[in-house]
Amino acid sequence: MPYGPHTTEDRARMLEVLGLETIAPLFADIPTSVRANGLDLPGPEPELELAARLERLAARNRVDLANFLGAGVYRHFLPPAVDQMISRGEFYTAYTPYQPEISQGTLQTIYEFQSLLAELTGLDVVSASHYDGAAATAEAALMAIRATRRERVLASRAIHRHYLETTRTYFSPAGLVLEELPTLEDGRTDLAALERALGVGPPVAAVLAGQPNAFGILEPMGEIGRLAHAAGALFVAVIEPVSLAVLAPPGEYGADIAAGEGQPLGIAPQYGGPYLGILAATDALVRQIPGRLVGKTTDLDGRRAFVMTLRAREQDIRRERAASNICTNQALCALAATVYLATLGPHGLRDVAAGGAARARDLEHALAEAGAPRIHGGAYLNEFAVAVPDAERVHAALVDRGVLAGLPLARWYPDDARLRDGLLVCATEVTTADEIARFADALRVEVGTTATMAEAVR
Amino acid sequence: MSAPRIEMQTGPDLGPRTAVGPMLQPTLMELSRPGRGGGKIPHPPPGALDAIPAEHRRAMPAALPELNEPEVIRHFVNLSHLNYSIDSGFYPLGSCTMKFNPKINEWVARLFGFAKLHPLAPDAAAQGSLEMLWELERLLIEISGMVAVTLQPAAGAHGELTGILMVRAYHESRGDEERREVIVPDSSHGTNPATASMAGFTTITVPSDARGGVELDALRGALSPRTAAVMLTNPSTLGLFEDRIVELLDAVHAAGALAYMDGANLNAVLGKFRPGAAGFDVMHFNVHKTFSTPHGGGGPGAGPVGVGEKLAPFLPSPRVLREADGRFRLEAPGERPTSIGRVRAYQGSTGVLLRAYAYICSHGGSGLVEVSEDAVLAANYLKSELAGAYEIPFDRPCKHEFVATARGLKEASGVRTLDVAKRLIDKGFHPPTIYFPLIVEECLLIEPTETESIETLDAFAEAMTAIAREALEDPEVVKGAPHTAPVRRLDEAKAARQPDLRWRAMTGAETPCPQ
Repeated sequence: MPYGPHTTEDRARMLEVLGLETIAPLFADIPTSVRANGLDLPGPEPELELAARLERLAARNRVDLANFLGAGVYRHFLPPAVDQMISRGEFYTAYTPYQPEISQGTLQTIYEFQSLLAELTGLDVVSASHYDGAAATAEAALMAIRATRRERVLASRAIHRHYLETTRTYFSPAGLVLEELPTLEDGRTDLAALERALGVGPPVAAVLAGQPNAFGILEPMGEIGRLAHAAGALFVAVIEPVSLAVLAPPGEYGADIAAGEGQPLGIAPQYGGPYLGILAATDALVRQIPGRLVGKTTDLDGRRAFVMTLRAREQDIRRERAASNICTNQALCALAATVYLATLGPHGLRDVAAGGAARARDLEHALAEAGAPRIHGGAYLNEFAVAVPDAERVHAALVDRGVLAGLPLARWYPDDARLRDGLLVCATEVTTADEIARFADALRVEVGTTATMAEAVR
Repeated sequence: MSAPRIEMQTGPDLGPRTAVGPMLQPTLMELSRPGRGGGKIPHPPPGALDAIPAEHRRAMPAALPELNEPEVIRHFVNLSHLNYSIDSGFYPLGSCTMKFNPKINEWVARLFGFAKLHPLAPDAAAQGSLEMLWELERLLIEISGMVAVTLQPAAGAHGELTGILMVRAYHESRGDEERREVIVPDSSHGTNPATASMAGFTTITVPSDARGGVELDALRGALSPRTAAVMLTNPSTLGLFEDRIVELLDAVHAAGALAYMDGANLNAVLGKFRPGAAGFDVMHFNVHKTFSTPHGGGGPGAGPVGVGEKLAPFLPSPRVLREADGRFRLEAPGERPTSIGRVRAYQGSTGVLLRAYAYICSHGGSGLVEVSEDAVLAANYLKSELAGAYEIPFDRPCKHEFVATARGLKEASGVRTLDVAKRLIDKGFHPPTIYFPLIVEECLLIEPTETESIETLDAFAEAMTAIAREALEDPEVVKGAPHTAPVRRLDEAKAARQPDLRWRAMTGAETPCPQ
């Protein structure tokens, strides 16, 4: 075993103390009918060989493409300070801070995370316990259901598909209702449809809308919130945290809860995680929010210190009556986000958001010239959908030309004739003019090919 | 000799910041000074945001702290010194398997090809990660004896929810709509009943018997046509193998229910007990326990779920598939209509799973068996070393962890388990899990793991014995512990009574708002 400390003598000494000659009696309580005799797996792989093999495997992933894919996970510049700090063993090899006297490092960073995210969202209570944007969105909806004692939730269909599908999975056992609201031609949620839905049927616990939404479009959040509140429902904003450097915070436009994906705050894409679910709420909902919370207090000598608090909501105390089964606190990801925000500061974060917006304008113009105009007319920040004839084929062909041309929207909206030939593309502060030119040039060729093929068919 | 002191900006109640020893730190917000920092990101051209209508714009900039990088680094490095960690010492936190976290795993997860891959990258661009995920599934299938595995769940509790939702889907697919109860033993993790509630089930709790196992007759009495599943942790949270597991599983299946295994304690039985082969229908793995992925201060983890034939159709989507030509792909949306659907965004916490994969490969089959043998040997050895000073309520071989109790000590000296735990901090050790499982009074749940040397185990036993002696001779020293930690015991009641969950820029109680 590569990491075991025991010598043959050590094992012999331990067995001797136990009055045993072999280890076998310690496993005699496993009934013979179900006792296994080892594992049918290859032998140990020496570190040198494992490292070489995994390097080869990693090289099979194509991370060399000019990347315009976002859809909830965004590539950003990662200041090396972030990885250096989360690589400290004192942070990453500690566990949940059950013993606060020797966990002030983790506890204070979580308190700082809560504080910074509260600033960004304009809300009061932030939990660092959530797995990703999808789980946070589902928990936000369940929170609203508990708080209002209503069982119906309305969600704009322009929320990340995976978030809505996950929420549906979480809803299914209790028979909770998730209804999707249509969007208008300009890409924004249909407020008239929202008003109608609020007016008929069972009372609504929450209205969910994304800012920016899943098409990258900016929603009239203030109006959505007012409509929700007028019907006695809570308003849940599904947010992207970097955008909050320049966009109005959820607390300002009346959201009761904000949920979202914290990956853009200093966490690498990693083909799916680990990520950081953001869940923030107003003070009024503090007893409904699931997950660990860290609060400020003092020690016996009056020194300021931090501790996990309001634990009566949690599974290890309340068991079947807990607010959620959540046990994780996503502390290391929260630490990454905290170091990221501290390193960039308010001006750096604004430059990230505004830099992405500027690149996205350049991208919009280049793609329009190449024959791929925007689909929606609404204002956007740094992500938008473009119409590309035969989008799925073009998308695959562009990979061969070294370009990852965003997300084919047919995957998320197969039944929508308008979106079926759409690509959702984004730019961030790391997108270069050269990458945009490569995308546009390759697209021009492929769109031309589509036209030629259509001609040939005709 | 007094340490040199560097006087710096302090918070009101922290004392001077020194460069020596663990010290409390001002918050980032207190350290902020307008005008510090910058130089990371190019400024965008003026007018970058002109196309954003004013109604969507932020009126006031977010009051984030302004710091330069050296200060940020010093802040977090000094905070890190306030933490106890596996890298710094023995961490026998029962039920949590705080084993060494191999450094190659960290290196692997940071390889650019893995770290920079977008989760929605086309399959053709993701063959390396897909192959790793597919192989990890096969490894977990062999380890568990299950027929299929999903790697999607992001944590153990998330795995439990995924598993129990599949149980529900299975019964419903058979028209068996009356099964609305989940049975758990009273020694179970809190996540088990909480999961059952989240999945819309009622929890029935059954007692343990005097030997620490599930009381078989009580279980038989609780089973009924309303039982959907029984959730068992085996070895149990007492560190004991359910030696009547065959009878327990027979009873569960005879009632038409499914058997769920909480795999939190798998570290004890690798290559010794394969839950799927023994008859469990579904289980989750805690890769941050058994397979050494870092606990990270509480997360992130990952909680793959293994299932038998009955539940395989209901696995969450998307699954990782291998085509006849050897290429890998993700299942398309809607490809398998029996699926319970998505439990998260994308396909899994691949960065965590890679570490688990590297761990399993570097051990191989024989190494994993040794892991369990050494973990069990270390636990039994430590148990016998402690048996004089503390009561050991269950007198039979344990698996990878064991329960001790300070019940007798409390009667004799007034010193509680909490005090013993806090005093251990002064002796240089992280305390074990305390007051869990709930069924043993004043309990300590001690898990040494297989990566601790005999010298460390002896030193811990010595410290525990010394504390028992101190409790009788000088109980106030133990009750006042810790004395050497960065802070003394905290006022937890105050934290809950007046929750202060964020720094407030506008209260003026701290330093001025940075902008």
